[in-house]
Amino acid sequence: MSFKTIALAGALAAVILAPAAASAKDWKKVTVALEGGYAPWNLTDASGQIVGFEPDLLKVLCEHADLECTMISQDWDGMITALNAGKFDVIMDALSITPERQKVIDFTVPYAATPAVFAAPKDSELADLPGTGTVIKLEDVHDQADAIAPLREAMKGKTIGIQSSTVYANFVYENFGDVATIKEYKTAAERDLDLSVGRIDAGFEDATYLLGTFEASENNNLAFTGPEIGGQIWGEGEGLGLRKSDTDLKAKFDEAIKAAVADGTVKTLSEKWLKVDVTP
Amino acid sequence: MDFEFLASTFVTLVKAVPTTLELFGASVVLGALLAIVLVVMRTVGGPILSAFSRVYVFIFRGSPLLIQMFLIYYGLGQFAVIRDSFAWPVLREPYWCAVLALAFCTAGYQAEIIRGGLQAVPPREIEAARSVGMSGFLLVRRIIAPITLRAMLPAYSTEIILMVKSTALASLVTVWEVTGTAQRLISQTYRTMEVFLVATLIYLVINFIIVRLIALLEHRLSPHLRERPRISGEGRTVTSLETSHD
Repeated sequence: MSFKTIALAGALAAVILAPAAASAKDWKKVTVALEGGYAPWNLTDASGQIVGFEPDLLKVLCEHADLECTMISQDWDGMITALNAGKFDVIMDALSITPERQKVIDFTVPYAATPAVFAAPKDSELADLPGTGTVIKLEDVHDQADAIAPLREAMKGKTIGIQSSTVYANFVYENFGDVATIKEYKTAAERDLDLSVGRIDAGFEDATYLLGTFEASENNNLAFTGPEIGGQIWGEGEGLGLRKSDTDLKAKFDEAIKAAVADGTVKTLSEKWLKVDVTP
Repeated sequence: MDFEFLASTFVTLVKAVPTTLELFGASVVLGALLAIVLVVMRTVGGPILSAFSRVYVFIFRGSPLLIQMFLIYYGLGQFAVIRDSFAWPVLREPYWCAVLALAFCTAGYQAEIIRGGLQAVPPREIEAARSVGMSGFLLVRRIIAPITLRAMLPAYSTEIILMVKSTALASLVTVWEVTGTAQRLISQTYRTMEVFLVATLIYLVINFIIVRLIALLEHRLSPHLRERPRISGEGRTVTSLETSHD
């Protein structure tokens, strides 16, 4: 082993062992992870590009913060773990800000707040549940609003499909776990497939996501049912997820989001993609 | 290392072991039956059945199991014809879709393994058996089957272990076996390392037991390779070198 080899090995080890995010990093390039399969928030178009409400908004935010942002697609499960492992710098995937997640990662201020709702086939028993067409606000999962009891009654013996480890999953387990069978899916799209072929009776998801789902021809037999549920139950809303160590990056994005909310960019983009204004 | 967390993870994952074992057991048995049918088609089935058997093996060995599972679970459900047919009560269930996909896939591999074992039967053994008047089922039972089984066991044990690991794919069609449960636990706790370590340990234990069982079977099937037990009185050996000199 010559001295050169040892020096080279040492240099290599230094590179490998360097922390993924050096503190006081001068942020120029940022890698952002999206699912690329949660339309219309973010989806993958025919050419393989990630498009949607979030990619459009991200462009505005990065311009404002003077950052060069690259989008990569990443599976929903394992996203938070991969962020902390330094695989990318930011999560942008309709990520609800929750206390459990805040223990592990940091969030920016919210850039959206959306209600969630049940979906079921139009010709099924669960179409037109009590409260369809109304909007209710819940404080948390234990908030036994008057609207929940009739829903529980209707869900007796039914099967509800949810995407694993989402805030909606917690809500469904908490309120319907004892009366209905609950099936978990890795992606929301797989759940939608099973809902439209009748393997399950209902799904529970973000209302804006479902609106996008209903536009697909294979899902046009599905519709909202029961009240649209919003409020503090889903936390402050949807924000960008960041590593706890990257406080300077959080500051940059916070400022950019506040600006985009104030000047109406969020409103314009969300009406374009989500058909409703989701400004928090 | 947080042993309390490891212990609670272990308890959670062990509860999913029966699901993994059921998937494995059902699909290996179903696959073996299907494989025997495929081998019979291939060897004595005539040109058409033999061609079918070849094509089947080509397709199921040549495409990823994950895709086969998705096609059976999500693909077949897209057709109204199937949703209205007698098979829907079975195909509606994720568990049976997973078992079918695993069984169809392993049948292709097992058929090839059995065929290989059959080819290992020396013609002279069959001639010898015929010369003492054996034929038909007796010949299969006494000569062909044992030799085939002996020859195919090593490859077969590999296939069986692969099947234990393949059951992990069932979580993708909402059957919560060990791997799926582990992933769900990770998404709740964000502790990838510990949870997967425990899951790995569980799979290692399952496979260790299976490997030992197959080794035992191999041992039982190959008495001719072992030293014969000595019958007392035959070929006495001098145990001590004591000699007496007066």
